[in-house]
Amino acid sequence: MESLQIPPVDLRLLTPLLIVVGWASALLLIDVFFVPDGRKKITGYLAVAGLAVAGLAGIPLWSVSGSTFSGMLVLDRYSLALTWIFLIAGALSIAVALDYLPRHAIEQGEYYPLIMFAVGGMILMAQSADLITLFLGIELLSITLYILTGFAYPRVASEEAGIKYLVLGAFAAGFFVYGIALIFGATGTTSLAGIADYLGRQPFRPQDETLFLVGASLVLIGFGFKIALAPFHMWTPDVYEGSPTPVAAFMSVGTKGAALAALLRVTLAMDAAREFWLPLLAALATATMIIGNLGALGQSNLKRMLAYSSIGHAGYILLAIMVTAERGAEAFLFYMLAYTLTNLGAFGVLIALEQRGEAAWSIDDFAGLYQRRPLLAVAMALFMFSLAGVPPTAGFMGKFFVFTAAYAGGLGWLVLIGVITSAIAAYYYLRVVVKMFMQEPVRDVRPELTRGLNAEILIAGVATLLLGLLPTPIVLLAERSLAALGG
Amino acid sequence: MDAFPILSLVLWLPALGALGLLLVPRENAELARRAALIVALLTFLVSLALPFGYRATPGDATTMRFVENLPWLPMFGASYSLGIDGVSLWLVLLTTFLLPIVILSTWDSVHVQVRNFQILMLLLATAMIGVFISLDLLLFYIFWEFTLIPMTLLIGIWGGSNRIYAARKFFLYTFSGSVLMLVAIIGLYVLHRDALAATQPGYAGTFNFSAILANLRSGALQLDATVERLLFGAFFLAFAIKVPLWPFHTWLPDAHVEAPTAGSVILAGVLLKLGSYGLIRFNLTLFPEASRWAAPAVAILAVIGIIYGAIVAFSQSDMKKLVAYSSVSHMGFIVLGIFALNLEGVSGAMLQSINHGLSTGALFLIVGVLYERRHTREMAEYGGIWKVMPVYAGITLLVALSSAGLPGLNGFIGEYTIMQGAFLAPELGWPFLAFAVLGVVLAAVYLLRMYQSVFMGDLRNPQNQNLSDLNPRELTALAALCVPIIALGLYPAFAFGPMQASVGETLAGIATAVAGR
Repeated sequence: MESLQIPPVDLRLLTPLLIVVGWASALLLIDVFFVPDGRKKITGYLAVAGLAVAGLAGIPLWSVSGSTFSGMLVLDRYSLALTWIFLIAGALSIAVALDYLPRHAIEQGEYYPLIMFAVGGMILMAQSADLITLFLGIELLSITLYILTGFAYPRVASEEAGIKYLVLGAFAAGFFVYGIALIFGATGTTSLAGIADYLGRQPFRPQDETLFLVGASLVLIGFGFKIALAPFHMWTPDVYEGSPTPVAAFMSVGTKGAALAALLRVTLAMDAAREFWLPLLAALATATMIIGNLGALGQSNLKRMLAYSSIGHAGYILLAIMVTAERGAEAFLFYMLAYTLTNLGAFGVLIALEQRGEAAWSIDDFAGLYQRRPLLAVAMALFMFSLAGVPPTAGFMGKFFVFTAAYAGGLGWLVLIGVITSAIAAYYYLRVVVKMFMQEPVRDVRPELTRGLNAEILIAGVATLLLGLLPTPIVLLAERSLAALGG
Repeated sequence: MDAFPILSLVLWLPALGALGLLLVPRENAELARRAALIVALLTFLVSLALPFGYRATPGDATTMRFVENLPWLPMFGASYSLGIDGVSLWLVLLTTFLLPIVILSTWDSVHVQVRNFQILMLLLATAMIGVFISLDLLLFYIFWEFTLIPMTLLIGIWGGSNRIYAARKFFLYTFSGSVLMLVAIIGLYVLHRDALAATQPGYAGTFNFSAILANLRSGALQLDATVERLLFGAFFLAFAIKVPLWPFHTWLPDAHVEAPTAGSVILAGVLLKLGSYGLIRFNLTLFPEASRWAAPAVAILAVIGIIYGAIVAFSQSDMKKLVAYSSVSHMGFIVLGIFALNLEGVSGAMLQSINHGLSTGALFLIVGVLYERRHTREMAEYGGIWKVMPVYAGITLLVALSSAGLPGLNGFIGEYTIMQGAFLAPELGWPFLAFAVLGVVLAAVYLLRMYQSVFMGDLRNPQNQNLSDLNPRELTALAALCVPIIALGLYPAFAFGPMQASVGETLAGIATAVAGR
């Protein structure tokens, strides 16, 4: 009998992932045995340190590329760049939670390792070159998020959000797995390279084609749930509203970003089936941009508004994914970074305003913020203008890159929808600015700014401005990181 | 050898001043005002080097001067590229000239958060100068959009009772107008890149205005007629809203009435000129064929604006509203001149842009002077003001006559040249001239009516008995404005001189298009 062949494994390629997951596992124990109650911030600091170490460990890998585990996981500059974005998102999400959790009496040390596990899942998704590992990453991310959304469990809204997310997430996973199975049935492989190979050998048998197309559609629906593309977005506002705000902040950039990153790899692999998925994605992008931005118009709850806004932004990012050949992938990376920083900054301000036991989510609570905390108001205005895409902010540059790529890729009409919805979006972002600067306070909201939060808002603000004024270094980095992708 | 980057200096001085003002304590209003005034005066002094340097630079009259070029986004061919020609020269000077005057007016009209007001005003100045001197389309767009943020805040924080509505309307109107321009800029970039990549593989494209223009004229980039019209339309919409051309004007009266005096002056004086400048610089130059195609329709809108603005201005009882609607009328003249598409029309429009900045800016200051004393702008509240404020009344008369186009003052030269252009234009002709003349008559009617009811007659209202005449600051600001008002009326060649070659260059494409027919 032939012995089972163990494929060669090069763990070096997975260094950041292993550090994140390994340190998160260790931290769970350290937290229980060594960190006293009431001082759980220490766990948070340790978690940030772990993420920083993982980021630093990635630097020497910049010149390395390769695959391991029989080609199921790859390391290239694209995945490395995404890894860094995810690590930043994780670290900032922990920074805003340091004081949020005790203030809301939901401080538990597990929060920080859980965020790390989620980041691990995201990195796994970015490094996946196989539908199975991709699924693994999605599940690792999702399961931690089910817990995190329900983290404020004495609060019914939080529990409801957790359940809602769990049920819909399970649905999405079902679609995804079934899609993988059908694709496997058609192509005989789950590896992205294998699928690309298979699609290159057209024409194939009609029953295989049907099987493949149905499978690909189901996978796309799975992605749709995770990214919150319209019409699969319904859960988003409720879940964001119910979850602890740092978790909502993390989800708005993290889950979305990782799923979009994976979607980009999948579309690249299925490039030969372009005329099949392009109209589908175009329709999804159109619906997402319109529904997300129109939905945000009517919201007076700022958390819900940001939820809808995040849906709209996913639509813009989707444009970039459709045109990878025309610098779309670069635009995608830039937009992801810009959006991550801006949105986490905006959520940071939201957290500063959130009082214990109740949530300062109403837009009225922002009224007159400028008179009480001018710097906080200026920062929030910066984030709002960036989300709206007004220069000179990161958000404008991101939109500019995405629209240019889409236009060059022949999607001019989608760009038109993009700018029109941006104009609509300006209305609700401006409303926040108007409240803060031009109206009198409605009730007494005392913003609590602590060190972690201050640092987070400062980093996000400075980065938002810098990326808008001098985007060149980041674009160059993105450009280089894509050489390996063949996009 | 690289020349001294004087344009960058003019551009960034106000912004640096704004940063410096952050160091001033919040409560110290006096220091903030003085510091801002010094920065503004310094900027004006530096910018004075531009006309002299411009004349001193020999060489090809049609090219850009003081060009600066630094790579900024090399992978897209976008650069930090500045330069001025005869079209932008006077607009830059208008901006730097109005800036200290505006800041001078804040002593009397801005009393809360003075430091932040000055910061925003200086930032706005940088943005506006940036619009006039950017030679890179992307850079231009960034400055263009950035003007919205400080102006919206100026209206929304320091404005009148309905300020929030006005600020919001201003932002959303102009922002919606310009997003389509972003699509057009991207579209032009992609079309240009693809056209040139056919012969130069791997060409990264460029956002440089001069480069794109050169390739358009040489035929290396050819635009399909429909595409050209669409691009023209996208640019046009952004500029028409900013100008504002009827029927896109509805944001303007709200913004003007609610804005603080300094905001109104800068809005009328410079911000509206971003629109007329854009029309000349981009629409006429880049899309000559489409400009010719659209000229009659645009001219009709312009004429409607002239008449409509004048009639509505006539029916106002609020002085500031009157001046605001007179802006709609006057800006209609400017657009009419631009779309006459000949040397006379466009030069006249350019000169009238400057004139309007001076005269209407001065009118807003004048309204502000009375408002600060009596806190009402209703004409019925006044009457016989001449008796208590003779100096003020005299200056107002001069400014009103300038705005109405009295020969010997600046307004006449501009309006006359525009009408001459409209008459000579083959697409337009005498009907447009007739309506324009009607507009001039109406302007005299509403301005003199205002003058009569506020300044002449008896001092009916006892509350006006003790009004003090202009204080030294107000006098300085208004007198400074009167100097160019008279100077341009007596010797317009000073401004026309450097303008001619550049306007000719702007129209070169249109001349070719006409000849090619």
